[in-house]
Amino acid sequence: MSAALAPVGPLPDRVVRDPVLLAFADQVGGQDAGPVAVQGGRTQWNLGGTADPAARLIRAPSGVVAFEPAEMTVQVRAGTTLDELDAVLAPAGQRVALQGLPAEATVGGVLSVGLSGPMRLGHGPIRDTLLQARYVSAEGLLVTAGGPTVKNVTGFDLCRVLVGSYGTLGLLAEVTLRTRPRPQASVWLAGRADPADLFDRLYRPVSMLWNGAEVWLYLEGYPDDVAAQAALAESAGLSLVPGPPRFPAGRRSVPPATLRHVRLDPAHQGHFVAEMGVGVVHGEWPGASPAAADTAVVALNRQIKQLFDPYGRLNPGRDPMSVPTTRTGQP
Amino acid sequence: MTRTTAVEPRLNDALVIELAACLSADRVHTDHLERALYGRDASLMRGDAGVVCFPRTTAEVQAAVRVALRHGRAIVPRGSGTGLAGGAVPVQQPVLIVTTKMVDVEVDLANRVAWVQPGVINLDLTRQLRPLGFHFAPDPSSQQSCSLGGNVANNSGGPHCLAYGVTSAHIVAIEVVLPDGELAMLGGLGADPDGYDLRGAFVGSEGCLGIATRIAVRLTPNPPAVNTLLADFVEPAHAAAAVSAIIAAGVVPAAIEMMDQRITQAVEAFVGAGYPTDAGAILLVEVDGLPSGVAAETAIIEQVCREQGARSVRIAADEAERMLLWKGRKTAFGAVARVKPNYYLHDTVVPRTKLLDVLQQVYAIAERHELIVMNVFHAGDGNLHPLLVFDAAEPGILERVHAAGEQIVRASLEAGGVLSGEHGIGLEKQSFMAWQFTQPDLDAQARLRDAFDPHARFNPGKVLPAGSRCGDLAHLDAQHRDRLLADGVWV
Repeated sequence: MSAALAPVGPLPDRVVRDPVLLAFADQVGGQDAGPVAVQGGRTQWNLGGTADPAARLIRAPSGVVAFEPAEMTVQVRAGTTLDELDAVLAPAGQRVALQGLPAEATVGGVLSVGLSGPMRLGHGPIRDTLLQARYVSAEGLLVTAGGPTVKNVTGFDLCRVLVGSYGTLGLLAEVTLRTRPRPQASVWLAGRADPADLFDRLYRPVSMLWNGAEVWLYLEGYPDDVAAQAALAESAGLSLVPGPPRFPAGRRSVPPATLRHVRLDPAHQGHFVAEMGVGVVHGEWPGASPAAADTAVVALNRQIKQLFDPYGRLNPGRDPMSVPTTRTGQP
Repeated sequence: MTRTTAVEPRLNDALVIELAACLSADRVHTDHLERALYGRDASLMRGDAGVVCFPRTTAEVQAAVRVALRHGRAIVPRGSGTGLAGGAVPVQQPVLIVTTKMVDVEVDLANRVAWVQPGVINLDLTRQLRPLGFHFAPDPSSQQSCSLGGNVANNSGGPHCLAYGVTSAHIVAIEVVLPDGELAMLGGLGADPDGYDLRGAFVGSEGCLGIATRIAVRLTPNPPAVNTLLADFVEPAHAAAAVSAIIAAGVVPAAIEMMDQRITQAVEAFVGAGYPTDAGAILLVEVDGLPSGVAAETAIIEQVCREQGARSVRIAADEAERMLLWKGRKTAFGAVARVKPNYYLHDTVVPRTKLLDVLQQVYAIAERHELIVMNVFHAGDGNLHPLLVFDAAEPGILERVHAAGEQIVRASLEAGGVLSGEHGIGLEKQSFMAWQFTQPDLDAQARLRDAFDPHARFNPGKVLPAGSRCGDLAHLDAQHRDRLLADGVWV
């Protein structure tokens, strides 16, 4: 255990030598290389503030680097689209928990925006999918955050801060994601029902949406289980439908318990779709959303940005604290 | 940072008087015995607690932190002290904030969360939630002693994290007293709140980014069906191969735990869990969920285990048998004392497909150092827990234990693994951080710490090794590291 025995440098395989990633780092350049912004599939381009047009626009490298089904992890470059990734995982009966997001969105893009799709209730937030991230820092260096294994508490958890950072702390180059088995059966149902009552009767539904009148329910799993849960829903007045409703472009985050009262709130008079059990409302709101964060949280956000990018060169104009308003891509 | 001078606190010190004014005199302790007791956790290391405080409320924590800051003292948060990496071992004679008197639980079923104070014991929370139809999914083997605040600090795991995810996935929001004494709510009940995921940064930060005073934990519905299987193998190699084969068959069980022959025999003699003592290794596998999936997965696991050479696969017939099988696993570390008086436990993770290779290396390393090794671990995650058992009275044995431990860590990293799966870095693994991370990697982690705590007031000298960038980085001297105080260790 004595520190003297420990060798000075990292093990050889910990130093990133992939020429594709090194080329991306060169493209980003060092701290004096000026403002730079990354575009993915532009499916959520208008979220998180307005990109500074003066910034040099680049793309992250793409391609699946390694997929080992028995490991249930996949190493993929950030510029890979969700479609391309899924095509590699599907033959092995696996997928990543980035479902319900636009197929042409990139892995790096959806992680940088950090907003989960409509399956968050069952699949968990997309932030939990990220195991390891390799990103280019404001100094133009390749940095590794997290680790490649499914479980890891080695050091501070930088991966969590990168998800939803809109590329303001580092530019994602390559990530290792957790994969999951694809379900054998899945079904959408919809109908007029009390969402709270139905939610309490089902065991861990994957998605439950409500527009103030109708409920949409998504179930997946083993065929007999899905059939039994679907029968419960059918007895409550739901029937099979091809898929979820269209979402209004706006999105707000609220405590799940308040969703039952959405229709009573004058601010939500228009069309809305609420993700039950999750606390997201898709709707149309005039003007900016109310600022919720306390001053200490705002100060911490500013401090993190300042320390990771003192030059203000990474995705200038973007700010995770500026409340997302509309997303162009439909789930 | 301002280096604090090591002074013996006295009852009439301004620091102690002010702390007592914020809390009450009977909840601010300075006597030698108390400071020695709180100078250690469940690791082998020892530090010196300056003043030991027992606040009850958020306001008291905040007041104590502010007093400590005014006096230029470091602050170390502490839960139950079950950590194995020295994370709660006080460095720089800090003001120790012990959360054991903060045990309120407020269940909010409508939001499917419980707001808990950090001193709430993990198992107590689950016991309180069960009748309501819920539980708290992370279940470290120390769950009858470890606190939620400690679970948050270490991003704790446990057997059932294989399917349910580690603590981070179950923490929705955290009220925190920050290192500057300000109060902040990190995260929130709504999904994906604006700003950087400070909640995620805080979970697993080992007390370096502030102290949690209230935690919103996600409630997990109790599964309608559960099956627990015990598979018995002649060779550990076959058991390890079965782990990969189960995952490769598209099944992610709730838990896959492996125990080798030595630990199985020790446990069986200790609790009589019904484990086969002539097995080379056993697997304890649990599947849960809706009944049809549980039945299907049970059949697949049974078949895979038999294909991989299991002599028998037993499915717990009822809840009593299921609980007994788990009791054996969860009390494994109590059983070790029957073999040797002391032990040292490592916690590394390797890719699941490398489990067998690394396990064989662990046995070879122990043999080379003439040590007894026992393995009881979260096989489904590739999370190894090699346990080196020894008698500290034997001259020179500690050097062998440390040398073997270092080789085990090295072998795990060479197989593509990581330093820690659930116990954290603390003081124990700081010197290994540079094996896993490059200088820019460590520098980035140091920046995150600096953003919360630029003067390294909170839990100084932990996690990041000297030279990462942080200003503080005092480290324990060798005599502290090597002082041996092993008892009551869990995984």
